[in-house]
Amino acid sequence: MSRLLTINDLVLEGRSDESWSRIVNGVSLTLDKGEVLGLIGESGAGKSTVGLAAMGFTRDGVRIAGGSVEFDGIDLVNASANTKRNLLGKRIAYVAQSAAASFNPAHRLIDQHTEGPVVHGVMGRGESAEDGIELYRRLRLPNPEEIGFRYPHQVSGGQLQRAMTAMAMSCRPDLIIFDEPTTALDVTTQIEVLAAIRKIVEDFDTAAIYITHDLAVVAQMADRIKVLLKGDEVEEATTREMLDHPQEDYTKSLWAVREFQHAEKPLAPKGAVPVISVRNVTAGYGKIDVLQDVSFDIHEARTVAVVGESGSGKSTTARCITGLLPPRQGQILLDGEALPPDYRKRSKMQLRQVQMIYQMADTALNPRKTIAQIIGRPVQFYLGLRGKEKRRRVNELLEHIELDPAQFAGRLPGELSGGQKQRVGIARALAAEPKFIICDEVTSALDQLVAEGILRLLARLQDELQLSYMFITHDLATVRSIADEVVVMKDGVVVEQGPKTEMFTPPHHAYTDLLLSSVPEMDPDWLDKLLAERGVDNIGDAAVDKM
Amino acid sequence: MTALLYVSGALLACLALGWLGRRIAQTTTGNAPRYRDMPLAVAFGYAFSALLLGLGVWFYFQPTATEAGIPRASVMFFRWAVQGFVIFALAAFVFRLAGRHVGPAGSRKMFRNMPLTAAFGILMILIYAVVAIFAGQIAPHGQAEVFNAVNVLPGGNPATGGNPEFPLGTDQIGRDLLSRLIYGAQNTVGIAFITTLLAFFIGGSLGFLAATLQGWLDQLLSRGVDVLMAIPSLIFALLLMTIASAWAGSEKWLLTVYMVIIIAVIDSTRVFRLARAVGLNIVVMDYIEAAKLRGEGLRYLIFDEILPNALAPLLAEFGLRFCFVFLTIASLSFLGVGIQPPLADWGTMVRDLAQFINFAAFSPLTATLPLLAAGAIALLTVAVNFVVDWMLHKSSGLKE
Repeated sequence: MSRLLTINDLVLEGRSDESWSRIVNGVSLTLDKGEVLGLIGESGAGKSTVGLAAMGFTRDGVRIAGGSVEFDGIDLVNASANTKRNLLGKRIAYVAQSAAASFNPAHRLIDQHTEGPVVHGVMGRGESAEDGIELYRRLRLPNPEEIGFRYPHQVSGGQLQRAMTAMAMSCRPDLIIFDEPTTALDVTTQIEVLAAIRKIVEDFDTAAIYITHDLAVVAQMADRIKVLLKGDEVEEATTREMLDHPQEDYTKSLWAVREFQHAEKPLAPKGAVPVISVRNVTAGYGKIDVLQDVSFDIHEARTVAVVGESGSGKSTTARCITGLLPPRQGQILLDGEALPPDYRKRSKMQLRQVQMIYQMADTALNPRKTIAQIIGRPVQFYLGLRGKEKRRRVNELLEHIELDPAQFAGRLPGELSGGQKQRVGIARALAAEPKFIICDEVTSALDQLVAEGILRLLARLQDELQLSYMFITHDLATVRSIADEVVVMKDGVVVEQGPKTEMFTPPHHAYTDLLLSSVPEMDPDWLDKLLAERGVDNIGDAAVDKM
Repeated sequence: MTALLYVSGALLACLALGWLGRRIAQTTTGNAPRYRDMPLAVAFGYAFSALLLGLGVWFYFQPTATEAGIPRASVMFFRWAVQGFVIFALAAFVFRLAGRHVGPAGSRKMFRNMPLTAAFGILMILIYAVVAIFAGQIAPHGQAEVFNAVNVLPGGNPATGGNPEFPLGTDQIGRDLLSRLIYGAQNTVGIAFITTLLAFFIGGSLGFLAATLQGWLDQLLSRGVDVLMAIPSLIFALLLMTIASAWAGSEKWLLTVYMVIIIAVIDSTRVFRLARAVGLNIVVMDYIEAAKLRGEGLRYLIFDEILPNALAPLLAEFGLRFCFVFLTIASLSFLGVGIQPPLADWGTMVRDLAQFINFAAFSPLTATLPLLAAGAIALLTVAVNFVVDWMLHKSSGLKE
């Protein structure tokens, strides 16, 4: 095989204020024609920056400070703008994380698809459009003849990601950079996109760099894996070797993340009054019912995971419980007593018992308030503590969430990392001294190691304070590690519920089965096996639609 | 026709010059990326700016009078403008230098990262503030004091119709213009500041209220604002001022109060729209939901959660709005319904002295008379906007 891309000792610097600081310290990699390299690491590891540098491109405020990038004999670091313009899109393509944000919303998909080939003189407009339809068909998009004439907002996220892959393929490039193409997707959608990407890369013998933080995904896609940590190279090996015999401690710790398991708790005694009881709730926006007859109980010191795809009504259930969305029918009971449906009618005491932790810690904390103010407000509001007592309680809470009060109390949320922000969100919920906390996808925006830390913290707090959790998630690994009971939702209906051990052992409801089977495993053959077992038409959204 | 030919010829020459310059730079630097990847349009821009600069320098050194002894006003005004620009730039530079070495550590640090424009803005605002506050002490005469010397020309030179006692001359009824200019700072700027504050209080609180509560109140307020905005603001203000002057009768100060309220209400519609739009983006944030679920009241939501996050755009709008209010007051005064005589006001001064602009061809110095008040208005407008731009830049870059 011939060498396509050689990156040698690449050093990248980023500007902060007036000075330049290193963000990538000498990463080297090689890629042969038709080979797929997986780049993994946490956020801030520099994987996207390296991926872009492989195209000879840097974001604003980043510069290549040393090393070389050579693509098929062309030196990309010193190439002129014209040379790069002729390469990018034509021989090197890029697939971004959020297809929805990367398509121009004002143009039809097919018009954006044909732009590259026409500009580069590879094909005419008509020819390229026909080719696009062919690619859509290969990527198993529904109605390939017709879908290209839609606008981006008329197409679902998974389909858009596949259309973007087709667009990257439009000039038949030699190299495609995939930057977390499935991170924002549901598991059932992800699996379809993964299968599509792999098929098309194999079909056209395209080389690819696949950037992700999800090990199980990279195991399906890549021939070789390279692990990055804070701009440094940790190790590189073929996929199988890396999965079976990781060498470095950091890599081993990444592999071990999913092993955290909260000790199983005994079932609540019969007849015990649940902390929160959702009784036959039907709710919706406008005329549409998003939830239909949803019922489940959450007992003291137990965790109930609510699982389902986006749009299945998980978050709407949370909004009903908090009172933001009064249900049309049904009741929410707290300790056996009905809560007023509207949060404005609830007493301070009732509001205090139900707290919430949000998915995006960025938007959940007021960016203009210090950590002490954010945590101090519920302390003052609910418990009436002021001055010294309030400060003492805030410090106590900060210690609870394993942050040093002296260091963090005076900071603004912008000065914290993602995991620390999420901890502050937890502290704010704890400050009310509640019985019940809703955790809405609290770990899905975090890196795996950080997410594990949050899960451990939540588990410890539950044991210490006898808290009950409702854990909304689409990540079944999280469910495995923390839940006691599982509620599976689809289209606003509870399709299955029960204790965790029961849920993870067959027989399942068909939908639960599909969800479980769609979670990638750390086995390079997993996707092949699944495809062989079920057939291409029975995975992912296609299968969901058949139900 | 020939002019068109000259212009297009010059532009073509610039293009050729740009191309040539880029070519030379490419060969001499050994094809450095900076010149290699430079588009022709950018090279053209460099050549064009160089040409303009050369033209300016040439014009600056033209004689200020023709051989016949007639002054060339264009050259003189151009020279004054260039000199003024240099002086202001130097003053701002010195001010920033001083700020970097004097004062508490916090302000020294602030001055270190400050662009020259912001330093200029701050310096100007400080000067205006000092002049406005101490107008009584600084001004050589009272603002309503009438002297027995009418239409004294500026310059203070008796040979050219001036009087050393009145360096800027006197107006048509014999009041000292320098003193009136100084008192004008107090009246015009002070009233504009109060009016803007009032406009922001009304518009801001109603806008946030509409964003937070939404529903029928939002509809009511927004449609009301739409109606107010549909009427051209200056004409509307004139109309209301006519009514107000009937109400005020002989109480001149009452008319000023009415004016403040009228302009504040008219301008608050713009603030309302901004505050509502910014507020709508903030109320969907999870931290607002968290505060609502905590059971917080409306006052806490608006002033403790929303306001701190809306401060940056509101501040920018404040700078701009202040200038508009200021200009509106000046326009109203110019039209005769604003700040009432004998109070000195820049708008009125521009109106009263406007006819002197006709003397520009014969006596450029005399023609500067209306320009002084107009310049004072322009300078403050520019200064405020410089400072606001800098604040915005700083607050948006605060996120690291």
